[in-house]
Parts: sequence; structure tokens; C-alpha cells
Amino acid sequence: MTAKKKPFRINASGVPKPTGLYDPKNDHDSCGVGFIARIDGVSLHTVVEQGIRILVNLEHRGALGGDKSTGDGAGLLLEIPDTFFRQVCPGDGLYLPARGEYAVGMLFLPMDETLAGRCSGALEQISDAEGCPLLGWREVPVDASFLGDLSGSTRPRIRQLFLGRGTHEEDAFERKLYVIRRLAEKEVASWEDVDASQFYISSLSSRTIVYKGLLTGSQLPMFYPDLKNELFMSPYAVVHQRYSTNTLPTWHLAHPFRIAAHNGEINTLRGNINRMRAREAILASPLFGDDIVKLRPVINESGSDSAIFDNVLELLVMSGRSLPHAVMMMIPEAWGPKFQMSEDKRSFYEYHSTIMEPWDGPAAMVFCDGRYLGATLDRNGLRPARYTVTRDGMIVLASETGVMDIPAGRIVRRGRLQPGRMLLLDLQQKRIVPDNEIKAAISRRKPYRKWVKDNKIELRGLFVPSEIPAEDPETLRRKQHAFGYTEEEIRLIITPMASRGQEAIGSMGDDAALAVLSNRPQSLFAYFKQLFAQVTNPPIDPLREELVMSLNGFVGRERNLLDETPEHCRMLRLIQPILTPEDMLRLRGSTHPDLVAADLDMLFPAGGDGKALQTSLARLFVQADKAVRGGATLLILTDRNMNAGSAPIPSLLATAGLHHHLIRRGLRTHASIVVESGEPREVIHFALLLGYGANAICPSTALSTIRELAESESLEAPLLPGEAVDKYVTSVKKGLLKTFSRMGISTLRSFLGSQIFEAVGLGKGVVEKYFTNTASRIAGIGLSEIAAETVARHRRGFPTDGRWRSSDNLLDVGGVYQVREGGERHLWTPESIYKLQSATRLDDYGIYKEYAALINDQSLAHATLRSLFRFRKGTPVPLDEVEPVEKILPRFVTAAMSFGSISKETHETIAIAMNRIGGRSNSGEGGEDPERNIPLPNGDSRRSRIRQVASARFGATTEYLVNADELQIKMAQGAKPGEGGQLPGHKVSPEIARIRHTMPYVTLISPPPHHDIYSIEDLAQLIYDLKSVNPRADVSVKLVSEVGVGTIAAGVAKAKADLVLISGSDGGTGASPLTSIKHTGLPWELGLAETQQALIYNRLRDRIRVQVDGQLKTGRDLAIAALMGAEEFGFGTAVLVSLGCIMMRKCHLNTCPVGVATQDPVLRARFGGAPEYVVRFLRFVSEELRETMAELGFRTLDEMVGRVDLLEVQPAIEHWKAQGLDFSAMLLPPDNGQHSPLHRVRAQEHEVGKALDHEIMALARSAMDRKEPVRIELPIRNVHRSVGAALSGEITRRYGAAGLPDDTIHLNLFGSAGQSFGAFLAPGVTMHVRGDANDYLGKGMSGGRIVVTPPDGATFLPHKNVIVGNVVLYGATGGEVYLHGTAGERFAVRNSGGKAVVEGVGDHGCEYMTNGVVVVLGPTGNNFAAGMSGGLAYVYDETELFDTRCNLDMVDVESVWQVEDVKRLHAMIESHFRYTGSQRAAQILENWESRLPLFVKIMPIEYRKSLERMRMEEEMNTESVSATEEVYRG
Amino acid sequence: MAKPTGFMEYDREEPIHRPVTERVGDYREIEELLPEEGIYRQAVRCMDCGIPFCHSYGCPVKNRIPDWNDMVYRKNWRKALDLLHATCNLPEITGRVCPAPCEAACTLAINLPAVTIRHLELQIVEHGWREEWIRPEPAGFSTGKRVAVVGSGPAGLPAAQQLARSGHEVVVFEKSDRIGGLLRYGIPDFKLEKWVIDRRLDQMRAEGVVFETGVNAGVDISAAYMRRSFDAIVLAAGATAARDLPVPGRDLKGVHFAMEYLSQQNRRNAGDAIPEGEEISAAGKHVVVIGGGDTGSDCIGTSRRQGAASITQIELLPKPPEGRLPTNPWPTWPVILRVSSSQEEGCERMWSVQTKEFLGEKGGVRKLSCVKLDWSAPDAAGTRSFKEIPGSAFELRADLVLLAMGFVHVEHGPLIRDLGVAIDGRGNLVADANSMTNVKGVFGAGDAVVGASLVVRAIDLGRLAAAGADRYLAGR
Repeated sequence: MTAKKKPFRINASGVPKPTGLYDPKNDHDSCGVGFIARIDGVSLHTVVEQGIRILVNLEHRGALGGDKSTGDGAGLLLEIPDTFFRQVCPGDGLYLPARGEYAVGMLFLPMDETLAGRCSGALEQISDAEGCPLLGWREVPVDASFLGDLSGSTRPRIRQLFLGRGTHEEDAFERKLYVIRRLAEKEVASWEDVDASQFYISSLSSRTIVYKGLLTGSQLPMFYPDLKNELFMSPYAVVHQRYSTNTLPTWHLAHPFRIAAHNGEINTLRGNINRMRAREAILASPLFGDDIVKLRPVINESGSDSAIFDNVLELLVMSGRSLPHAVMMMIPEAWGPKFQMSEDKRSFYEYHSTIMEPWDGPAAMVFCDGRYLGATLDRNGLRPARYTVTRDGMIVLASETGVMDIPAGRIVRRGRLQPGRMLLLDLQQKRIVPDNEIKAAISRRKPYRKWVKDNKIELRGLFVPSEIPAEDPETLRRKQHAFGYTEEEIRLIITPMASRGQEAIGSMGDDAALAVLSNRPQSLFAYFKQLFAQVTNPPIDPLREELVMSLNGFVGRERNLLDETPEHCRMLRLIQPILTPEDMLRLRGSTHPDLVAADLDMLFPAGGDGKALQTSLARLFVQADKAVRGGATLLILTDRNMNAGSAPIPSLLATAGLHHHLIRRGLRTHASIVVESGEPREVIHFALLLGYGANAICPSTALSTIRELAESESLEAPLLPGEAVDKYVTSVKKGLLKTFSRMGISTLRSFLGSQIFEAVGLGKGVVEKYFTNTASRIAGIGLSEIAAETVARHRRGFPTDGRWRSSDNLLDVGGVYQVREGGERHLWTPESIYKLQSATRLDDYGIYKEYAALINDQSLAHATLRSLFRFRKGTPVPLDEVEPVEKILPRFVTAAMSFGSISKETHETIAIAMNRIGGRSNSGEGGEDPERNIPLPNGDSRRSRIRQVASARFGATTEYLVNADELQIKMAQGAKPGEGGQLPGHKVSPEIARIRHTMPYVTLISPPPHHDIYSIEDLAQLIYDLKSVNPRADVSVKLVSEVGVGTIAAGVAKAKADLVLISGSDGGTGASPLTSIKHTGLPWELGLAETQQALIYNRLRDRIRVQVDGQLKTGRDLAIAALMGAEEFGFGTAVLVSLGCIMMRKCHLNTCPVGVATQDPVLRARFGGAPEYVVRFLRFVSEELRETMAELGFRTLDEMVGRVDLLEVQPAIEHWKAQGLDFSAMLLPPDNGQHSPLHRVRAQEHEVGKALDHEIMALARSAMDRKEPVRIELPIRNVHRSVGAALSGEITRRYGAAGLPDDTIHLNLFGSAGQSFGAFLAPGVTMHVRGDANDYLGKGMSGGRIVVTPPDGATFLPHKNVIVGNVVLYGATGGEVYLHGTAGERFAVRNSGGKAVVEGVGDHGCEYMTNGVVVVLGPTGNNFAAGMSGGLAYVYDETELFDTRCNLDMVDVESVWQVEDVKRLHAMIESHFRYTGSQRAAQILENWESRLPLFVKIMPIEYRKSLERMRMEEEMNTESVSATEEVYRG
Repeated sequence: MAKPTGFMEYDREEPIHRPVTERVGDYREIEELLPEEGIYRQAVRCMDCGIPFCHSYGCPVKNRIPDWNDMVYRKNWRKALDLLHATCNLPEITGRVCPAPCEAACTLAINLPAVTIRHLELQIVEHGWREEWIRPEPAGFSTGKRVAVVGSGPAGLPAAQQLARSGHEVVVFEKSDRIGGLLRYGIPDFKLEKWVIDRRLDQMRAEGVVFETGVNAGVDISAAYMRRSFDAIVLAAGATAARDLPVPGRDLKGVHFAMEYLSQQNRRNAGDAIPEGEEISAAGKHVVVIGGGDTGSDCIGTSRRQGAASITQIELLPKPPEGRLPTNPWPTWPVILRVSSSQEEGCERMWSVQTKEFLGEKGGVRKLSCVKLDWSAPDAAGTRSFKEIPGSAFELRADLVLLAMGFVHVEHGPLIRDLGVAIDGRGNLVADANSMTNVKGVFGAGDAVVGASLVVRAIDLGRLAAAGADRYLAGR
């Protein structure tokens, strides 16, 4: 267990080998994507030029690396420029046959000439063997003079290969080329004697060609002079500008790939790869014949998610499916019951869902195979894609509008891709095919509907068993013991699930021992932590956006992917994956020929060791093989035959092991795995089983337990056993959806086998064999320990002496969530809490040291990874030479805790304390009272120096932002990463509501994702927004530790954040499902180590500060964090404890008895904390840290940061499970040959100074200085981002929240506005764009007015065209918006005060809105008003079908009849007409009497109640004070 | 937890004590059970803490208090009873006499009255007895091993019961004529009526425990014999050696150890005749109780019932503060001024008083000569010292003096000597983590190991010793 020093390695292509914790596999990318095409198919050089121009105009969506001149990648996919090649090729002595008769390969070859020759030779040989004669080679001219270090040093040699068609037909030629490419790739990859990693075939086709490289858009044509040649012509150009999270992107990972270019991320990649691998065994296609074996493996796993997607898409297309058909299979739109669609189309999707699972994740995919050119968005529609069609037959699609200048008069239509929709250009038919036409045609290619109807097997259709008798209490108790059930689990997990149909909620962080360090037998499930989406992909809201989610699954035999027959869908359809014992009887009793069940006992001999376990598993696998070969289509893994002689194999081990075994054997598609086990009971158990290959699960003992609870009336409400089981299953279903959504996955079918988990403490052997490709970075236990833990539990149920004692009727105490004697070890104990509180109250460092000793010395019972480390011997320095406490304190921050989650008293006490010591407190996400910016008379300040910008943007006004010293973007929270939150209405006091700019008593929902961050370039954009509005504040990004967080941190550094916070998963919360608190995310030690390594590796460490938090309690914790690379430290729970918190874990109930985490005035009065307690605690911690610094020989903390070489693993750890742990990767010192800094030494180079706003501010000086009205006219382009933000920041700094008088600064802008137009706009500014605008318009708007109208001279109908992008008015608190056209998805999302008029919106309009008014003068998309708890919307509903598109969970839909409504609506439409001249508005106003009835009013139910309550309160206020008090309390 | 706001809605209700005037006329228990509907409100005051200080800090046997509180609220008395018995063999005893350190550590006690944990415990177990849920739980198998338990007090009984339930053959040796030790003869009936013990003993007998009374182990049966006949021995003889006050006049008649006095009254209540001349009575006498602890209070209550003319209690230590001092914060045991039910029945209390001499007439005590003390503030180590206040000497009238100054250690009789069990500096038995003494197979339990302490701690140590002995016998 010692850290061995291994140098970092990179191969010639620039791909680093995994080193330490940093694994390049985790790299993500994201980007700008688009295409331009001539619909008439005429090849022109201008199309190429325009493609390049689009790239340049998307450059801000890409990124630059550590060396500042290497782009992350850019490329073009074009038609083969036949004319050009005919011109240039003879120069190389190369004769070309007719167009289409030859293919061009665009090759990256090794720089080493000999090696390049070897590669070319191999390629020539293969081509020849496949019947495609070599025509010749062309050296592609390049200019590498301007390349950055990185792209220059990894630049490959670039040549074009010309092959003749031979005897192949046109399509067969393409297929042959595909075969040749695969063979060549495999051949070169098999060379182990040389580094031929630079070899890469960008394209090899007779139709298309790809020019790409590790370049920026503007570098691309400079690098490839070909592209500037007038003869280089194409009718289309697919473009892509890449943003990779790391700085070591490579040449071949630039897009486009052979068919696709992608903006987004495939979340389900691991599962997709595994399942493709399983399918390969049965691939067959008459088109390929024997060639099919040459294609295997279809997937090149060294590629990125996009490259792998491309591999599979290519296979589907090459084997005969049309490109749109293949895309529909891989990225199906949502087809759940809430969507109106044709039955044929629904059947198409249902049919194909038995063949291919969705490749899920945010995706804007552009694709082209030379026959079709198109683009699609996934079902969630989280990536923007805007298009314009012109009169002269051009179509331009891109991530942004305005990437091409198109005169207004030439525009026919401006639109956007909607979720799940496709835009297709048929290059043969030379026309745009509308989405419904493509899909209707494809859906009816075959009688899919009939096929599904005739073949689908339903569970209900199988034989119906009689009721199963309940288990007798002793048998049940024995099973519960054997599977490790605890009293606590039954009380805290199972009872709430079975009583309420909800997962149990808890609060505060996780301070219990990690499974691998626990002294108690742990279930195997406990060794896994769920991964989650942060930054590079967004989580989903499984409640409010449930309509896109699905738990549907199919079990049985899968068939050949490349074929389609009615038998393909002859599978059992399960509407959800949880089965009851009755269902199991049905399955076992099935006589259906395609549903043949085989039981496999997952048991091993009682008392057996690791060997016995291994043998039993091996036997199980052999039995499975036999069963499959004998025709079984359902493998039932069961432990129902467990008894005194046989112990159950952990169900997860058996399932994952069998899944991987069958994949390896090529048998996985032949049968489904059904797990029937007593072990699974919590949501995470089910998620793990499904994530590792189970197709369905029957939790037998859990269900028996529930039946018993119901029968003994021990549930929270009297329920019949059947009802309780239903509720339990419901809660599991909800929990599963939540689990998927944390990772941004929408469907069970994508989640199956996706392995989105990381193991902590599992040995390499176990992982490689049974959990193949799962991250397990500190290794750990093997089968013997797993067997020992299982045997220990089994013995409790079946004691070796055979005796059943009366005390055995009670289960183990548990003690995982609440401290129990004999239960799990916790760090917060009565002793540690009481000592800390005494130390801070009595100002007694001696008592503090006793406290610290309790936490630091875990030698008897380890709980944390850091407890296993110790400091190496340094050269001590005298304590008084170590920098004083005062120098250390400014590095301290408190964790984000919102006013709302904690009481006003606590919140302000913490702020005062942190301001006294020069540290920084954090507002949390609930806004902050502007009052607190003013110091108190005694000099104390209650201002939170850190202001959080979280997904709900509550109270994130311009004023809030400009008064911050640091703005923290919360991407995830340790206790519940990938999840949103909710502040129940009863907690939203008038004061909280005021500060959050919402209504009192109205429930506030924080969405799981930031609706302006779906991807890394979006994060860069938000950082840019925040830097614009407050250039004085540092911007920090809060991430949660998980595998890959280092890579994300590198991306964050490239996005120019000043600070990155790595939070441990054990951090606290005011409310979160217990599953999230316990099972999601990783300890900070792993995340911090990976971050430090990744930042140093990517040469980014010098420009970003690294902060850490998560159960930091003592100076020792800090010393370890500092050595591992943290320069700042956050405290949450410990600070609360110093203020009186006693870890009640009742924050979510508002009943905190010590007034810390409650809004109840009675309880708040009991708050007994004081700033000095916090100050003392932090001084004590620093003092303890100083003592360690002196011992190690550091005079300053800066010297100490990153000195991981001074940490080592404690020798002789007395723990039977700790033996296998390996921390060498974690404690790996950086290969610091270049002596690059280990901490931040320089500031980020922000470019906000160059913004258009500075021009505007210069022109508006008189208005800014003297409030004189000004009018300014300027052109605007999409590259002008966040226009108005810097201006508004300056206005607010000078004039406060009130800003300037209305319309003081009037801007007339012409063109396409970039992203975040009018962000954080302040009162007094009017911004009128004539043209259109991109995403995030009016984000955080706090006042002012935004008007967007079509360009002057436009001839299209505005209300039928898209004028602004997605996510308009996100988190706005004021201001007005008038949009003469339609908007994209999520219009006015989380608006809490903005007013808007728009002429149509996409899906999810007014989502999570809490205040403000929205008028929609046209159609809306689906799911309008989801989660809308406040504010009002009026929709002009001509179709009278609005209610079918509205999410009615929280709102009422009614007609507009009340006088005040009629007045308000009329006034807003009048204003709309006044500002935009909208003819639609004019017509409505002219015919008011007849049009008014077509309007509907959307009124949130809670909002109505709140209004009533406030009215009542007002009346009572006038009566007596005490009456108000009552209301307030209730 | 079904009702998180319980503590905000309901106030603590104290268990009902019979009126003073009524109760001093008899020796029956002074506490009565709260009516059942009130009890649910008390149970739901429990906040089901993330860290239940009551359970893991306050309670020596680690009673799973939040869990059974919850069960009481849900009226699942049966489960509450199972949970209670999982950690405590004699809840009907602790439910009556425990000073409830759990309540001191209750998180409500930070700023509100604690949950009535002790009384809830009593309710649960009495509910169980009423419903006849508490039945013998014989092991149903035999290990063939024999264990002797010496002493039948609050450590010996749980040890015996646990061992019997583990399948061992258990014989309890009690030198007195009745089983129960301190419970039987040390605690006055008005706090613990003795049928309560008998009821539990019946259960234990049915579980196979054999009780041998009137056997002074080590004297009536030799240590060697015991070693031969038993596979293990658990020494649970208590710490009965009382602390004496060796001042002039100590041998005067009328100066007695509290235990002599208290046990005699219990015998009297049980119907035993007290031999003439051995009687100690407070009737019509001026009684001085030396020692301010629980035993002192028991003496007061007994004296009152016997019809004492006056009762004065003196204590060496200074008068404790009314509330907690900063150095004595929650959740530590509050060292504050308390009034016991016996003190409530009437007596004079004096603090910082040292007795210098007993003065007598005709061989009988008549007066105490005392002096007042001045206590220093605690030093760095927290210890306080005292000096006499010059000129503060005074005398107290006393016909009966009861010495209730605590106990020093287990009696170092022949058994201890012959077994060869090691004794520590304070006179207690030395036991390891398995409760085993230096002699293989000989275990120590209760006050014999830790010195005089609470009943509940004795129960805990008895259980630990049983577990240790069981492991030893199983060869683990």
C-alpha cells in the first residue's frame, strides 16, 4: 500500500495513458455544431466558405487549451470535391475515374515516415484484398506554422488515399470501404511493437470527406489550404467546433466523424457499449455476408462517446437502414402516453425498443451520409439548434442563430429543432423533408403495428396464480437476518416506502463509516456509489418532466440487430421492472414458446470461503450457458432455496457476474436475467441490479416484510398488505426514475447495464471479472471478504448451533442513519459534539484537542479514507515561525446553506463570524436581504461575501450579484448531487419570500439542472455572464467528487472559473432522499486527488484555486486536504455544531429544537449560538493545522498545498477489510519535471473587457453619470454575448436595485444577438433587437425592457417563426420582454417577476415559475406550467386543446373573466403592439370581444391559496397583532 | 416518527406521586402510573434524534429509547416491550428507581423539560406484565455447562437470566434469606414494592435459574467446591462495605449504617419479626442522616414513616447550584440542587457540614458536634478542597444517626481470597473486557467491579459478564 511513482505517459496521438486517478476515458466534449446546404444540391465553393464562417462564428463555443493557441478541434464534412481533385491530382500522377467511381480516404498517419509507410502499406494491401484497387496517394498540403504547442507536437501526417470502385455496386462500394477501414484500424491497432496511435481514418467514402484537426475554426482553412481553393466545392458542409473538458484533446477526436457530429453527451455509453458487444455475436446481414466478422468489434472503445455513437450509426446505415431510420432507432423521441402521436409511429418506436435501447443524453446530432443530411434533438431537447431557410434555396442550421449574415428579405423561415424532432434534407430529391413526413414514411415501411400487436407478450396474459400464502414469522425473520435487514431499515426505509409510496427523506450529511472500513458486515450494495450528471450533461427532473421518462422494458430473447422480423418483438413487455411473487409464478408457469424460464440458484455452501463462492459462481455460469443453449429465454437468479446449508450469493455479484459472463460468451442477447432475491429492498439496490444487467427484479423478502408490517398494523397508516406492496413498488419506481434522472437518463432501457456506479473498496480481481469496466480506484476486498460478510449475516439467520433464541426476533439495530449502540460507527457522537460545544463556549483549546482526538484517532474504528493516512516525517520548524492563524483564516469559507434551510439567526451569526475573521460565508441559494450589505453599528457585517448561483436562481438579482466578492455556481451538492430541491410552502415565510422574490407560502422548487447549463460551453457562458455583471467577484464552481471530476474541473478551469470547489459526498443538506445522502457521490479525498492530478496534468493548476469541503472537522483534516492539493477549506456541519446543532437530522421537518435549521419563530427563539463560537472553532482548527505545519516543516500554507509526497498510508491497519486497499493512485505525486505550480499563482485571463457593453457604456456615459436619456444604435452579432450584463452591473453598483428611470438608455441593435442577451438587465435600460436572438435571453433580468422584432424588411410571418432561443427569462425578478415571434423550450423557466409577451413557445413553458406574468399569443409545446407554483400565464388557445399540453399537477386552467385579469391582459397585449407592431396583437385587440374567450388563464393552485392567505392576513393585521402571529406560525 | 411536532405541542407531565400526607402513612409505592392516553402524548415528545444522547450517552444499558418511544406512540406496546427487553432484564426495577441519566441527556433537556423516559419504560413493562406477554423464555436447549452466580442483586439477576437463556445451568447463591440483594433490602418499599421482584423471579425460575438463599459462598460452600462444580463463576456480590465515620463516639448506641436500618424496615414490611433488641426505630426520635445521596433520602423517607420527631440531613459537600454551571453543561449529569420525594416529605438539609464527634448519654447518642466548611473553587484538575470555618462549630440534637455516606467496595471475604481474585487499589475486582477476572472462568459483575453505582449500571455489567461468560464457555 505504498505510493509508487509512475511517470505520466502520452502516446504519439496525444492520448494520455491513465495515470493516478486521472483517466482520459472520463473526458467529455461539447460544442457548437451545424451545417449549411444548398437544397438544390449544386456544389459551390461559397458553401465551403460559409461553412468555415459558421465555424468561426461558433468559436466562442469551443475552447482553447493550456497553451492558448491549441483549439480543442474543428472540422468540416463535405461532399467529395470532384472538380478540385481532378484539378490537383494529376499533379501527383494520379488519374481519377468518373465521379462516384472512386473513393477518397482522409488519413492521419504517423509523423514517422517508416511507420507511415507501414500503415499505408497495410491499407493498400487490405484494399486490394477487398477488391478496391489503389489509385494513388495525395499528400495534403498543410500549413502548421501557427499551431499551438500541443496541436503542433501531436500533428499527424495527412494524406489522401484514392481507391477505385472495382466491381462493386455503388452502395456495396461504400460498404466495402467501411470493411476496409475497420480492417485497417484493427490491423494497425494490433501492432504492439510501435506507437502507431496517430493512424486514423477521418473518412473513407466515395461520397463524403472530412477535413478536421486539433484546431480552432479560424485555423482550419489556414491549416488546410485545400479549403481555400475556388475549385473546392460542395453543396453542403457539416461543421463542428469542439470544447473538450481536458486540454489534451486529440486530432482524431475532432468532429465530424464519418457520419455524425454531435453536441452533447451520451450518458448511457457504458451500457450501450456492453449491449452492442453482446449483440455482435448474432449480427448477420445479407449485405455483408461473411464480411460481417471483419467489422467486429463494431465499436472502437478508444473513441469518445460521439465517435462510438458514430460507429454504431454507421453500422446500421451500412447494413441497409436509411440514415433517418437509424437515427430514429438510436435517438427515439419520447412516445409515452402523454404524447399525441400516430399509432403507427408509436408502434415503430415500441417495436424498435425491443431491438435497440436509446442512446440517451443531451444530444444535438447532425448527420450526413451523402444521401441525406439532417439533424435531430433528443427527447429532452436540451441542446439548441436553430435554422434558417432562405429564398435562394439555402438552409443553415447551427447551435446558434446568426452564424451567417442573411439579409432579412431572403429569409423564408426561421425555426428551431424541437425535442425529438428531425430536420432532414434529401440530397437526391433536393428538398427538405418535414419531420412528420419522414417519420410517417419510416413508421409504415413495415407493418410494425401489426407485428407488435401480434407478438408482444403481456404479463397479464399469462396464467393467473392463486394468492401466495404469507411466510411464517420465523422463516421471514431468518431471511431478514440472513440478508442483513435491520430494525432501522425497516423503520426508516421500508416503512415510509410502504406507507406513503415515497422514498424517505433525511437531512444533514453522512458521517458513518465507509462500507470498506466498517466493522460490521456490509451488503455488497454498500460498496457502490452512484454517479451523477454535472456540468457536461444535465440531470433531468423526474417529477416535472416525467413525461419523457419510461420504465418500460422487454424481456426474453433479442434478435439480430441488422434485420427486422415480426419475431423481433416477441418479447415480454414489462411496464416496470419490479415483479411480485405472483408475477414470478406467472413467469415460471409460462407455456409460451418464447418465454422459457430456467431457475438458477444463487447459493453457495453455508460457511464457505471465497473459493467456495467462486466455485459456486462458476457453476452458476455453466448452468446458465446450458439453460440458454437449451432454449431458456429467462434466466431466473433466485435465492429462495436458501437454508441452513446454503447461503445466498450476493445478488449483485451473481447478476453482474452472469451479465458479463454472457456478454463474453456472446449469449447475452439470448435470454434476460430476472433476479428473485430477498436481498434488494432499497432503491439503490434495485438501481444497482438493473445497472449491472438485471432485466427485472422480484424483491421477495422485502415484499414479505411489507406484508407482515401491514398485517401487524405497523405502517404509518392502516393499509391492506396488497395496498402496502403497491405503495412500496410505486416508491421504488419513483426512486428509480430519480436515480436515472440524476445521471440525465430518461428510460429504463438505457439505464439497463449502464453501470453508472463507482465502487469504493472493491478489489481489482472482483471488478475485472464480475463488474467489468467499473471504476474502483482504491481497490479493496476480494471474494473471500465478500464471502465472509455474507456468511456472518447468514449465520444470524441460521446459527451454526441450530438454535433460535427469542432475542433473534429483533433484527440488528442498524445505526446507519441514526446513532445506535452496536450499530454503524459515526464521527459525530455525543462526546464529539459535546466537547466541541464546550470548547467553543468556554474558549478552551484543551477541550478542543480532546474533541479533535476523538475525530482524528480512528485507529479502533475507521470511518474515512483520510483516517488511513499519516504524515511522513518532515523537517520540523519552530511553531512561531509558521504563519499566524490570521493568515490561515481567510482561506476558510462556510458551506452554502440557504436562508430558508437554516434560520435567520444562524445565517447571520455565521456571516458575522466569517466577516470577523476575514473568511467568507456563503448565502446559499436563497438570495440575501439587501439590508445585510450595510454594516452593523458595532462594525460587524452580516453580508455573505459568497453569493450562490444555483439552479433555482432564487433572489439572484443584479443587486445580489454586484454585492458579492465571490459568485459560486452550484453544479451539485454533496448530499444530493444530480437533484433539485424543494422548500415546502409552509416554510416560505413572508420574509423568505421577499428575499427570494417569490410569494409567501408557495412551495419553491429548485430544478435538478441549471437550465442554462446543459453542457460545458454553457458553463463557460454563465461564468462569462457573471464576470460581466460583476467583474470584481471571483467566480467559483462547486462540483461533487465522483470519478471523472478532475476532468470536469479541468473544463471548469478552461471555462475561466477562478475557483473550483470539490465537495465530498458526505456534505450536509436540509432535506434529501436518504438514498442520495448515502449512495451518491464519493468522498472528497478521491475527488480532490483526481482534480489536483488532472489540473497539473493539463497545465491548468496555476490559474485556479481549489477548495474542498465535506465533513471537515479538524486541523488534521485540513492538513491532509492541503497536502492533497486544496488551498481553501469549507465548513458546514462543524460550524453548525459549534452554534448548537446536535445532529437531530430533522432539518427537513422544520422542528430543529435548537433553532438552527428551522423557520418556526418559537424554535428560532431557542437558538443559542454566537459568532464567537464559530470564530473560536475556526481559530482552534487553524491552530491545530499550524502545529502540523510546524511538524512537517512548512512556514506557509502555500508551501504545503499539493505536497502529497508527505502523505503515506498508515502501516499495520488493524482492519480485516483494509488489506486490499491500494492508495498508490491517490497519493501519486505529480510528475513535476517542469516544476509547474501546485497551487494557484496567476489569475485567469477573463475577456469581459472586450465586450460590446464597454462600447455601449462609453456611448451612454451621460446617462450613466447624469441620468440623461440616450439612444444608441449598433449592429449586433451572435458573437456578442451577455450584452447588457456589464452595463446593468455598473448601473446597479451606482444606483442600487432601483437602477435608472425607465428607458434612460435605449439601445437599438441590428442583427442576431448572442447568448444571454439582456442578462441581469437593470431598470432604465431598453434593448430592442431587430433580427433575432439566441438562448438565455433575459436571464436573471431584474428590470428594464427587451424587445425583439424581425429584421426590417423581413417578409415571413413572425408568429410562425422562431425569434429567440431556449430558456428565456430564466430566474428573472423583474423587467418586461416583448417578442414578436415564437420562442424555444422552457420559456420563462423559474421566472419570479419578469413580464413577457411572446407569440408562441416550445415545450415546458413557464416551468417552475413562481411569480411574474407571461402572455402567449399562440401555441405552446407540451408540459406547459410544470412545477409552476406562482405567477400567472395567459395563453391564446385557438385550437382549444391547450389543456392537453399543459401539466395540470399544480395549476388550474380557467377562462379570463375577472375584471383585473381582463385589464391586465389587455394592457400587456397593447404594450406588445406598441413595442413590436405585432399584427397578431393588433388583430386580437381589434376583435377583443371575440378573441378574449379564446384566452385561458393558468393559475397555480398554491398561488391562489397564498393570495387568499395574504388577504386574510392583511385583514387580521388590522385587527390585532396576535392573530397575525398565529397565522405566521401555522 | 409519526409526529415530529409532538414536543412542541405537549408539555412534560410528571408521573403522579401520591399526596405526601397520604403516603407517609404507609410503605406502599408513592408513584402511580399516568393514565394511558396521557402516555402517548409523552412518548411523542420524543424527537427521534439523529444522535439520541439518551440512548448512547445517558443510558448505561443503552436502552433503545427513541425506538420504544415511537412504538408506544404507535400503540405497538408489544414491539416496545421487545425492544426494551433487548437491552434490559429488569425494566420494572429501573422504571421505578433509576435516576434516569437518559433524561438528563435528552436533547429536549437543552432548553425544555426532557421526555419522561423512565416513566415510559415503566409503562411499557407494566403493560407487558398486564397483558401477560412477559413469560418465561427458556433456552430450549442445554449446553451442559454450569454457572454459579454469587449475589442476587441488580447485577446477579440479569447475569443469571442471560446465562440461563443461553442454555447454561445457572445457580444463584445469595447469603441472605431472600433473593434480590440491594433491590430487596436496600431500596425502601415506598420506592419499590417487593412483589415486583418476586414476579420477575418467578419468570427466572421457570427459565431454569436455581436460587439458593442463605448460602454464603466461600463460607458455606468453599471456593474450591465451587470451582469443581461449576464451569464458570460470576461474582456479583455488590459493594456492600459501607463507608464509616471514624470519629469519637462512633460506637455509641443509636449510630447505625443506613443499610442496617433500611433493610430492617423492609423485613418488617415483609412480615418478618425483628428480634427484640435489634430493632432500630426512628419513632419519636430526632434523626440525623449523614450523607446527602439517595440512601440518605431513603433513610429520611423511612424515618418519616416511622414517626420521627425531626429529621436533619447533613452533607459534607457544598450546596449545589440551582441550575447547571457552564462547566457542567448538557448532556453531562447535572450537579444541581434536587429535592427527592423523601426530602419533599419533610426534613432539614444542611450542606458544607463536617461531623467532628458523636456525643452521647448513657451509651446512647444524643448530639452531634459539627463544623461548617469553606470549599475552594475547583483547581486545574477540577478538584476542590475545604477548610473549616473558624468558630463555626455547632451541635445537632440526635437520638438516631444514620450513616449514609456510600459504600467503599465489595466485601473482601473468604470467597474472594480463596478464589485468588485480584483487587484493585480501590478494593474493586479487576476484570478485563470480557468481564473476566484474573482467574480463568471467574467473572466480575456490578458494583463488585466498579464500586457502588446505579442499579442500571449494575444491570449492564451483569449482562456484560454473562456475555463474557457465555463466550468463555463456548470457547470463543
